Amino acid sequence: MAEIPDHLLKRAQEARERQADGDETTPAITEEKSESKIPDHLLERTVAAKDREPVATATAQVASSAPLPPTGSGPGGNTQRLLTVVKSGSIQDVKLKPVDKVHVWPHLLIVEFVAALAITAFATIFSIFVNAPLLELANFNQTPNPSKAPWYFLGLQELLTMFHPMVAGVTIPGLALFLLILAPYIDKNPSNKPEDRKFAISLMTIHLMFWGVLVMIGSFFRGPGFNFIFPWAEGLFFEL
Amino acid sequence: MPKQSIGEKLNDISEQMKSSQAWGSIFRPGSIFRKGYSDSPRNRSYVVMNSLIYHLHPVKVKRHAVKVSYTLCLGGLSFFLFILLTVTGIFLMFFYRPTAAQAWDDIYTLQTSVTFGLLVRNMHRWAAHLMVLTVFLHMARVFYHGAYKAPREFNWVIGVILLTLTLLLSFTGYLLPWDQLALWAVTVGTNMMGYTPVFGDQVRFVLLGGVEIGTDTLLRWYVLHVLMLPFVAVIFMAIHFWRVRKDGGISGPL
Repeated sequence: MAEIPDHLLKRAQEARERQADGDETTPAITEEKSESKIPDHLLERTVAAKDREPVATATAQVASSAPLPPTGSGPGGNTQRLLTVVKSGSIQDVKLKPVDKVHVWPHLLIVEFVAALAITAFATIFSIFVNAPLLELANFNQTPNPSKAPWYFLGLQELLTMFHPMVAGVTIPGLALFLLILAPYIDKNPSNKPEDRKFAISLMTIHLMFWGVLVMIGSFFRGPGFNFIFPWAEGLFFEL
Repeated sequence: MPKQSIGEKLNDISEQMKSSQAWGSIFRPGSIFRKGYSDSPRNRSYVVMNSLIYHLHPVKVKRHAVKVSYTLCLGGLSFFLFILLTVTGIFLMFFYRPTAAQAWDDIYTLQTSVTFGLLVRNMHRWAAHLMVLTVFLHMARVFYHGAYKAPREFNWVIGVILLTLTLLLSFTGYLLPWDQLALWAVTVGTNMMGYTPVFGDQVRFVLLGGVEIGTDTLLRWYVLHVLMLPFVAVIFMAIHFWRVRKDGGISGPL
């Protein structure tokens, strides 16, 4: 237990003695009036209020007399005093600003549920009308012409026509992936406003278009021998 | 004793059920299945707090976060397609044996003699292509909103890993029908991986389970496709979703 300072013990002792002398509180007030710093008009108001409500004070005194803690009684028999008013923000730094929020149920869950239903319906209906390809049994002796990778790798296959396989198949996609992962650590601009990030947006758009165009060419503009063709002239050589 | 109407009887039965120990043990205190649902702010919170949804969503989100025009639901759709692919994939597993001698026949039998077999295989294939697309678009959306910036840098990294995993999942599945399309698409793909510097041949050998594509490759890619890659993807997804909440919900508004 923490040590109680001497002057507080002394004050408590005095208060206890005063209580033992009698239930008269008025002298206590007048006595304290001289030493306390409570403004006179407040003290007077307290005394006046007590005179006006003798019943309430009586009950308060009865209630407090039984297990009364050995502390000094303030004006009006109260054991607390208003020491100071601390304005919010003077010692606490409130960082969180109130945010406009909505309940997840129903506002978000309904949207998600509808989206899930819509994509299921789309997949089902599309699957009823369009069959997944199943060509003839795999045959090692018969290479189809052209042989194409899955569509998302056709950009890489397209690069193969221009670069050494190590550059096209490993270096370029590896570098692209590596830079993509590092993007948040390279881009130090804290703003997320489009007008502040023209360079980042341009770069990413070029990057995405690069792959998009390559995949398009590989998918639709490459025919037998992986030669450049026009799909409207020579037909589609594309399986999903 | 007056005769009870059917409605009253049903009511009685449901009351009895709801007060049973079994019911109470299944639904947590505060669950709307215990005490019914009427629309109030408290009940709206309880729907989330006392169900599995609480693992995925907080009770409240920023108002702009529910705008479909901001997210286009792309992340959620990717996740849902993953679930759809798991469900249809489990169905397909019942009818498929990953050996060079049986794989193609199994798919053919599935399409011609199994009820809904063709439909489910179609759904699995189209959903897979769709998922590659939604994951890619999700990444683009996140980039254009600058949502990868602090404090969400690490979640972007997880996201790029998930994109790679999605591509690998799709690519490993590509071989399984064991038709001409599968064989030669995978031949093209794995030939490229063989050009990895220093240990290209080893990479190719591990991936193919041999020096060229064969029945060992099929088994290997099957296990990767149905077990290992989904397992890894689920772990990364769990971290991804958890970080979305820990990093303060979705980003924005712009």
